Amino acid sequence: MGQITLNKVRKAFGDVEVIPPLDLRIEDGEFVVFVGPSGCGKSTLLRLIAGLEDVSSGAIVIDGKDATDVPPAKRGLAMVFQSYALYPHMSVRKNIAFPLKMAGLSKSEIDKRVDNAARVLNLAAYIERKPGQLSGGQRQRVAIGRAIVREPSAFLFDEPLSNLDAALRVNMRLEISELHNTLATTMVYVTHDQVEAMTMADKIVVLQAGRIEQVGSPLDLYRTPSNKFVAGFIGSPRMNFIEGPEAAKYNAHTIGIRPEHLDVSNTEGAWKGVVGVSEHLGSDTFAHVLDTGLSEGMTVRASGEVALNHGDTVFMTPQPDKIHRFDEQGLRLS
Amino acid sequence: MARKVTSRRMAIVTVVAWAVGFAIFFPILWTIITSFKTEAEAIASPPKFLNFHWTLENYITVNERSNYFRHFMNSVVISVGSTLLALLIAVPAAWSMAFVPSKRTKDILMWMLSTKMLPPVGVLIPIYLMFRNLGLLDTRTGLVIVLTLINLPIVIWMLYTYFKEIPVDILEAARMDGASLKSEIIYVLTPMAVPGIASTLLLNVILAWNEAFWTLNLTAAKAAPLTAFIASYSSPEGLFYAKLSAASTMAIAPILIMGWFSQKQLVRGLTFGAVK
Ligand SMILES: Nc1ncnc2c1ncn2[C@@H]1O[C@H](COP(=O)(O)OP(=O)(O)O)[C@@H](O)[C@H]1O
Ligand SMILES: [Mg+2]
Repeated sequence: MGQITLNKVRKAFGDVEVIPPLDLRIEDGEFVVFVGPSGCGKSTLLRLIAGLEDVSSGAIVIDGKDATDVPPAKRGLAMVFQSYALYPHMSVRKNIAFPLKMAGLSKSEIDKRVDNAARVLNLAAYIERKPGQLSGGQRQRVAIGRAIVREPSAFLFDEPLSNLDAALRVNMRLEISELHNTLATTMVYVTHDQVEAMTMADKIVVLQAGRIEQVGSPLDLYRTPSNKFVAGFIGSPRMNFIEGPEAAKYNAHTIGIRPEHLDVSNTEGAWKGVVGVSEHLGSDTFAHVLDTGLSEGMTVRASGEVALNHGDTVFMTPQPDKIHRFDEQGLRLS
Repeated sequence: MARKVTSRRMAIVTVVAWAVGFAIFFPILWTIITSFKTEAEAIASPPKFLNFHWTLENYITVNERSNYFRHFMNSVVISVGSTLLALLIAVPAAWSMAFVPSKRTKDILMWMLSTKMLPPVGVLIPIYLMFRNLGLLDTRTGLVIVLTLINLPIVIWMLYTYFKEIPVDILEAARMDGASLKSEIIYVLTPMAVPGIASTLLLNVILAWNEAFWTLNLTAAKAAPLTAFIASYSSPEGLFYAKLSAASTMAIAPILIMGWFSQKQLVRGLTFGAVK
């Protein structure tokens, strides 16, 4: 079981309110990602769930029991830290065994579970090494191993991949998703990287300044962002926003159109501009189009290799059913 | 090309490092050499470096005239005793300052350090009178107390910087792993702090061993440590350089040997935890 409910949870450090009162429900077995810009309170929220910070007011309910005043050791949750937080003086084996030792399991049971975790995570070859003798990716695996052995009711991850290089990050992302499929345990995952959020989550919670901007499945957020912030934060490259007369044509203060929803032509289209920088990735071509006469430069995405070169004149036409409309407050108009 | 420059630079750095190291070590080396000379050769001009008549007579005389072993034991008791007592006070103090700091923690640390800026003579008279009235003059207990107090700020500072280096994440990880406060301290905190505590202990033993102001002023005969043993060969009986050197060599030998064998810990201690 791993069902977590936050009721009017609020957190202030001194006079600074970092998390205004907030409600959230995390279902058993769900993969929930908290995403938002740096400093928006993601870690704080995760630490409140973990019990490493005390709530200023409100209640945290885990599996139907009020856990607000339960110390972290007793909440039955496991956490993977950004810094890995391995015990530097213990071997990999001892690190993974530590939570089991604390739980008072028998020696043989501990050995069995540690060996099993080491096998699943490909750590068997390093089991007697100290953390200092491991690479970043291996340390990450040990941290995950330490979390899974005690079979917690939920896992908490705080930006676990941000210290890894890009290739490893993609690998570990898949491994964690795979782990979630096998264990089917609740996972709460914090990241500032919307790609991680989109690829891993069952449910994304978008945070800004401690407030929940939107909760939904990755495709919900992609298709129907409830405000400009979410629209701009989810999706890469970022959504283009247009204000002024062009937006007024659609009865909106601002309209948003994703780069992949603009059709590009050399001869005709709704908006005209000049190609500035273009990025050729092979699979896609991204072009930044300037001098459009719109409120800001536009990014367009064309599939495959397309001859969009610096200085070319291009025409762009938005796909009509993919236009997002927002009011003055940035809220979605439907 | 780049490699050549680097190796030449390496050579220069090596030479400079050895030169500086030798310059620092030279007075000690000279003392040791002088201790094997006769009194006449010790003051010969120009000084003789190695080409003199080597003799052990200074050591023999010094051992006949003074009780080296008693001074040695006094030094051991005073330096180790004051260090252990200081650690006993400093560990919990530094612990709470590092892990549960309050608004005033930084101020308290600075205030403690500021007491080291006071010249000790400034408080010699009051402390001397207090010691006299309490019957602590010329006792090991008195010296243990005074050296504990003298070195306490440094001990707390050193431990504080070590404890600060222990990432809070790791302690929190232990909490998440189900460790009680007791288990957290026994299995996680203490093992991680041991190197810091060890180098603090070593450095403080050395500081206390070499402390010469209070040990000279508050002792007469009974509790006098090796510093007093050296001092007794300086002025009153005229200048006997060779014997003075022999006494000095005997006084610093134990701490030199200890320092040699604990070099790694000491370097960590002297850099106050700045390097890992
Ligand atoms: N212990 C603390 N004391 C005071 N302010 C804090 C503390 N921890 C976090 N904050 C503040 O709370 C805000 C949110 O921090 P955090 O949750 O770490 O953000 P994120 O993880 O989203 O980057 C930041 O403005 C940060 O400065
Ligand atoms: Mg964070």
